[in-house]
Amino acid sequence: MTEAGTLHAPMKVEFDYTRSLGPTLSEFMTGLKRRQILGGVLSDGTIAVPPPEFDAETYEPITEMVPVQDEGVVQTWAWVPEPVPGQPLDRPFAFAHILLDGADRPLLHAVAVDSADQIETGLRVRAVWADEPVGAITDVRWFEPAGDAAATTPGQEGGEAVTGIISPVHLAYDFAASPEESKFFRGLAEGKILGQRCPTCGKVYVPPRGACPVDGVPTTTEVEVPDTGIVTTFCIVNVPFLGQKITPPYVSAYMLLDGADIAFLHLLLGVDPADVRMGMRVKAVWKPRDEWGTTIENISHFEPTGEPDADFETYKVHL
Amino acid sequence: MSTLAAVVGVGQTHHRAKRGDVSMAGLLREAVDRALADAELTFADIDAIVIGKAPDLFEGVMMPELYLAEALGAAGKPLLRVHTAGSVGGSTAIVAASLVEAGIHERVLTVAFEKQSESNAMWALSIAVPFIMPVHAGAGGYFAPHVRSYIRRSGAPTHIGAIVAAKDRQNALKNPFAHLQNPDTTVESVMASQMLWDPIRYDETCPSSDGACALVIASESAVERSGIKNPAWIHGTQMRSEPTTAAERDQVNPHAGREAAAALWKQAGITSPIDEIDCAEIYVPFSWFEPMWLENLGFTEQGGGWKLTEAGETAIGGRIPVNMSGGVLSSNPIGASGMLRFGEAALQVMGEAGEHQVDGARKALGHAYGGGSQFFAMWVVGADKPSH
Repeated sequence: MTEAGTLHAPMKVEFDYTRSLGPTLSEFMTGLKRRQILGGVLSDGTIAVPPPEFDAETYEPITEMVPVQDEGVVQTWAWVPEPVPGQPLDRPFAFAHILLDGADRPLLHAVAVDSADQIETGLRVRAVWADEPVGAITDVRWFEPAGDAAATTPGQEGGEAVTGIISPVHLAYDFAASPEESKFFRGLAEGKILGQRCPTCGKVYVPPRGACPVDGVPTTTEVEVPDTGIVTTFCIVNVPFLGQKITPPYVSAYMLLDGADIAFLHLLLGVDPADVRMGMRVKAVWKPRDEWGTTIENISHFEPTGEPDADFETYKVHL
Repeated sequence: MSTLAAVVGVGQTHHRAKRGDVSMAGLLREAVDRALADAELTFADIDAIVIGKAPDLFEGVMMPELYLAEALGAAGKPLLRVHTAGSVGGSTAIVAASLVEAGIHERVLTVAFEKQSESNAMWALSIAVPFIMPVHAGAGGYFAPHVRSYIRRSGAPTHIGAIVAAKDRQNALKNPFAHLQNPDTTVESVMASQMLWDPIRYDETCPSSDGACALVIASESAVERSGIKNPAWIHGTQMRSEPTTAAERDQVNPHAGREAAAALWKQAGITSPIDEIDCAEIYVPFSWFEPMWLENLGFTEQGGGWKLTEAGETAIGGRIPVNMSGGVLSSNPIGASGMLRFGEAALQVMGEAGEHQVDGARKALGHAYGGGSQFFAMWVVGADKPSH
């Protein structure tokens, strides 16, 4: 990372979504749990796997379901030379449109073959089932060439109906700060708070924005501001929530630094939350220097200075 | 070419914490089927579909409109998605209305939804970003400091928020579709509820709901050719936006909202909103936003919103009834919440609001806002065709 470049950091967004299926997909997933593949009968009499919830011609719900075979024919395919985590196989494989026997529309699924020259349109394949189906499309782990041996997978009875599935989502970002923010964060690594002034309205933005949101012009003049200021307004967070980094209760306050024209949110400590006031004078409390990085978290929190509160008239335009 | 447009059908789901019995498609379809039945139409009569929902992270389905096409009867027709955060339900209805008013389509189906039970909105709105202080705490954490600013600026007594919450929860009892049905909610019980994001209490916040709302909007000639005798004529629509943060930005009384309202009243030929508007459905996810938006919308002067609330003027039977349906405080399928405001305004002037009907309502406001109070969408609907 060079000084001229922008700052980067990994950022992960992950959640297990709880998806309710509704009647049509519930029946399909329940079938899979019983090692049975069900197709939906469309208004034109054709059979689609998986069943759509609503018919594209009549827009009516798909209610009639029929079993199809777990064997079929590859219609078309794409080779996946470098699988990524979460895909059906961890070695090269094919994604294919497979027309199952008894169905009229193909199912998209994986086919396990060792190389791309072992798959072709017309190849007969059969499902490889999970040892313990749970009611998800991954109960069919993948398809494999059917070969000559006749293989049928017996369905199994029972089990409760599947009404929902968990859809885990994992997003891994390379988060990049803007050039102006990068300068701000690098300043913090030296104990300095750097902002920028708009050449048109003269307002000082901390952190700097690169462009004035009001005038739309680049903010190029650098301004260093002190680590003292006031609380304009605040709230006391009492509610715990998933992903929370600070244990409640805590005071989340807008800090307006001396010389800045916009406040930013930070943590206020060193005072009973019940005694926090709008207009209260505060100063930054920095972490030990050897813990500093290029982050606003170099400032551990703000705390009251004990000076008299600012007059309401001096900060009311910031509310 | 341009034409008048009217709402001819309104449909919504019974809003609940979790609708585990339906998929997203099935949820939407309930609202759509009700709107079409209300309009005495079928999918065959619909020319285009406009859909809205809040950020995709709320259900974890990227571009759900693609998967929803069959459920919405959109195969072979234009399908368009609108995205303006929490105000999206309002903006979506306005885009649909514009397609009709512009003479492009005769009848447009518009629908908005959220299935909050599939995710966790508090988590989705509080994702920690590198380098930044992780003090953000959801929508409540964002808006609570600005509510404090309102209280300081206006000098409002601290129980005003509780008056709003108690009123809206009581109104919800008259609305069979409302999520919260808490007959015991009073000003005292709201004041006694837990302080979540001081100064916002638990009972002063909206619930997390699964739900959808759909409207059918038709041109003047399509209305004339239909059997609908009580359409809600659209007298004006406005949208405005502004930066989330800017130096000295007014977060209590945002410029974009004031501008949108002023333009709306002018467009609808209204000179004194509080005298000429019979009732309003305003986007109030945290109780204090009722007095804040009353001022922002120009129903009263700055600092006067809480006085209307305190005097009971925003209750049904008051001078300007607000959120007769129970509002966002009683049902909050986020993406649909704005359209519910627009649809409930339409129901009032159609005379179809049932138990929460305001007697003789002829002109009503529907309002939505979103993001950090940076998107505003609003319309005026009337029982009569606009005369100006």
